[in-house]
Order: sequence, then C-alpha cells, then structure tokens
Amino acid sequence: MKSFIPREVETLWTLFTAPVVWALHFAACYATVAVFCAKRLPASFSFDSVRIVLFVVTLMALGVIVFAAWLAWRQWGFGDDDPPHNEPTRDSRLLFQGFATLLLSGLSFLAVVYAAVPLMFIAECQP
Amino acid sequence: MDDDRLTGACRPIRSEERIVRQGSDRNGRTKAVASLFLLCPFLVSCSGIQSALDPAGREAADVATLFFTMLLGGAIIWAGVVGLLFYAARKRRVHSEKNAGRLILWGGAVFPSVVLLALLSYAAWLMPNVRPWFQGADGGMRRIEVTGEQFWWRVRYLDAGGAVAFETANEVRVPVGERVVFSLKSPDVIHSFWIPVLGGKMDMIPGRENRLTLQAEKPGTYRGVCAEFCGTSHALMAFTVHAMQPQDYEAWLLARRASSGVQDAEGLALFLKHGCAACHTVAGTEAQGKIGPDLTAFGERGSAGAGTLANEVEHVARFLRDPGRIKPGAKMPHFTMLPEAETDRIAAYLTGLK
Ligand code: HEC
Ligand SMILES: [Cu+2]
Repeated sequence: MKSFIPREVETLWTLFTAPVVWALHFAACYATVAVFCAKRLPASFSFDSVRIVLFVVTLMALGVIVFAAWLAWRQWGFGDDDPPHNEPTRDSRLLFQGFATLLLSGLSFLAVVYAAVPLMFIAECQP
Repeated sequence: MDDDRLTGACRPIRSEERIVRQGSDRNGRTKAVASLFLLCPFLVSCSGIQSALDPAGREAADVATLFFTMLLGGAIIWAGVVGLLFYAARKRRVHSEKNAGRLILWGGAVFPSVVLLALLSYAAWLMPNVRPWFQGADGGMRRIEVTGEQFWWRVRYLDAGGAVAFETANEVRVPVGERVVFSLKSPDVIHSFWIPVLGGKMDMIPGRENRLTLQAEKPGTYRGVCAEFCGTSHALMAFTVHAMQPQDYEAWLLARRASSGVQDAEGLALFLKHGCAACHTVAGTEAQGKIGPDLTAFGERGSAGAGTLANEVEHVARFLRDPGRIKPGAKMPHFTMLPEAETDRIAAYLTGLK
C-alpha cells in the first residue's frame, strides 16, 4: 500500500477528484438507464441487471470518494489543527486545501448516494 | 365578460368553525376572524373540484399524503430552527467552541443529510404508486385518447380493439373504481393534461404518445386543466371530468354512441348552411369536420369553450359570434356577419343536442 500512495500529494487537482467522480457517476446512471430504455437491447438483459450494474458502479464511485477523502484527511493532518487555516504560509495553505477537499468529498459522497436512491425504486422503462 | 366565466370552486372550508371558536373573548374573536381572512387564500385551494389536496382518486391520494407528510416535517423543522433562533437571541449563555462545532456538524450537516435521504427515499418509494405502470396496458384496460390542441381537448374513446369508438371534446368521463389508460398526444405545441383530484399531470408532446393511468374512487364532477403554457388562451383551456358509477358509465357509452343531431331540422340546416360543418362533427348528420371540437351531444357538456363559459344559449351564441374575443387566439373564425337571430338559433340547436 505504502509504495502505491505517495506520502504527500500537493496539487490542486486532488480537490476536484470527488466532485468529478460524482459527475461521472451521475452521467453514467442517467445515460445507462436512458440508453437501455430507448434501445431495449439485448432482450435478455433485464432492467434488474441494469440496476445491479449501476449498483456496482455506485459502490466503486463511493470507494474512490472515500479514498480521496482519506488522502484529504491525511493532508489535513487527521484533524490535529482547527480551521480556519488562514495564515499566509505553505503549511496553512496545505491544511486549508486538505480540509476543503475533505468537505467536498463528504458532499460528493452524499450526492452519489442520493443519485442512486431512485435506482432502487424505479419500476421499469416507460415507453 | 369575466363575470360569467366558470371559475374553479372557491368555497371556504371546514376549519372556519374551529378557528373562530378558539377566540374566547371579543378581542380574541376579532383576531381569529382576521387570521381566518389571512388564511383564506390557502384554505380555499384545499378543497373543491380542482384541488390536489381533496383527492378523489388513488394517485391523487398518494400525492396528497406526500404533500402533508412533507408539510408536517417542514413545519417541525421550521419550528425547531425558529426556536433556536429565539434561544440564541435571548439567552446570553456562553457555549464552548467545541459544543458549537458539534452543533454545526450534527445539526447543520448530519441531520439535514439524513432527513433529505429519508424524504427522497419516501418520495421515490411512492413514485410507482403515483405513476403506476402496467406491462401490456393495451390488453384489458379501458383506453381514452386525449389530444391537447390550442386551446381545447379532443377526446376519443377507444374500444377493446384499440379502434376509435367515438369522439367528443372538452369533457372526460371515467368509471369509478376502474383503472383507465389515457394516451396523451398533441399536434401543435406542448400541453399538459392534469386532473388534480385524480392524479399528477403529464405532458402532451408533439410527435409522442405519453401514457397516464388514473383510477377514480369517488363519483363526482371535477375539473381538469392544461398545465403547460401553450399560447394566449392557455388559461382558458380546461375540461370537465365526470367520475361515474360503472353501470351509469356503460349506459352513457351506449347512449352516446347512438346520439345524433337530426331532431332539430331548422337548427341543423343553419349549422350546415353557415359552414360550421367544415370544422365540426355532429354525429348522424352531414357535418363531419375534424378541425374543431366534435359537437355531438354538445348540450350534455358542463361548459362551453373548453371550461370557459357556462353552457347556456346566450353564452354559446356570444362565443360563436366572436370566439377570439372570449378566447384570444382561438382557432375558430368569428361569425359577426350573421344576423343575431341566426347565431342564437344555432346556439339553441347546439345546447339542445343530447
Ligand atoms: C375553421 C374551423 C371552424 C369553423 C368554420 C367553425 N368552428 Fe367552431 N370551433 C373551431 C375550433 C378550433 C374551436 C375550439 C376553440 C377553442 O376552444 O379554442 C371551436 C369551438 C366551437 C364551439 C365550442 C365547443 C366546445 O366544446 O366548447 C362551438 C359551440 C362551436 N365551435 C360552434 C361553431 C359553429 C356554430 C360554427 C358555424 C357558425 C363554427 N363553430 C364554425 C373551429 C371552427
Ligand atoms: Cu394547452
């Protein structure tokens, strides 16, 4: 594990990881159901299979978001220091970014869960 | 001209008595009456022939339950927030920063997330009830095809084989206790078919056929409306809904199929002479026009001009002399050049059709 994950990630891009996963998950859910309902092919593939596939996609998305959140938490020093991190120093900036990323990951996690809830209840495609 | 337009039922409702009784002394009574007036706009919309909160059908009952659940939940949370606000403003107690942080985390993040998740799940779980879907809906279920046109409704009753049994307009009849499938279409712009007491609305989109199933539970006469802006007379595009006992419904279907407009020869002659037949149909006569509303058994309709006027001779005469004055943009030409005696005579003929 240790060899995989760099000890420190210092780039603004980590901030966007979770929201991007959220956006991709959202697009994947809507596109898959829409295309499935429009094409209805192949016939052997039932709506429940779509449900299961998207359920797995959801779990994967949540996994990535949790990982991003863990990275952010680490960058934030596991909550050692309290916000606001508003000193004009490199340390403070890193902590601030870590904290902001952690909050965004939380939001994205919730959003992915909310987007997946209707999947459990949708009955079928309606022509 | 506004005074005789049909409006939705606006009668004040049950809680009047209860609210007034709360005031014990005179002052209290005045206050109660004042608050009653303040509540009026809200209360009148809670009952009547066009209220989603006074359901007469299954789907509408679910919608109303959903609404009241959300209302109650919202009221409790609102009361809690206002309570906190008063607490914060009045008591000058010192709280530790840690406790404040906890409050923000639990009260500001966790609580709303959980509540929203619960509400979302509840609403999504209700969805299949509110919009039931039946595989192979064509088999067995009664079908009515409704086409939204600027600014009226073409209504076709289909027989078991899916062929048109007969056509009518601006009025929908359904049997109580039986699920009916509506096929919704539009030839011009997007309209939306909505019978609030029976269920949710569904758009009518040009080039598409949308299906909506509704089940009436309480017999009665209700009102449906167009719920998507479709032009200048959009607000004057409504229809009457009759939920009937099944045996009455069957009898009506039979009678309606046998209806013809030949009893009043003189009225019919005028109708034909002035070219109304180019657009209108009256079953059993030469008039077989398809552009405007079918006028067979027109006298039975609860209203004229798609829920706009009372269905009485004087109003119908006024309508057909100058439809555009009553419904701006209506696609029927005016007949102001005809002598009034003749338009009155035609109106009498039409309102007499059964
Ligand atoms: C060019 C086609 C056309 C002609 C000709 C025409 N109408 Fe119409 N008529 C319409 C249309 C379209 C409507 C629907 C108007 C609306 O409500 O928006 C209508 C509506 C009506 C209605 C109200 C129907 C309802 O269900 O409430 C009556 C009554 C009526 N016409 C009578 C007549 C008579 C009588 C004549 C002949 C003097 C006539 N029309 C000639 C197109 C026509
Ligand atoms: Cu409309």
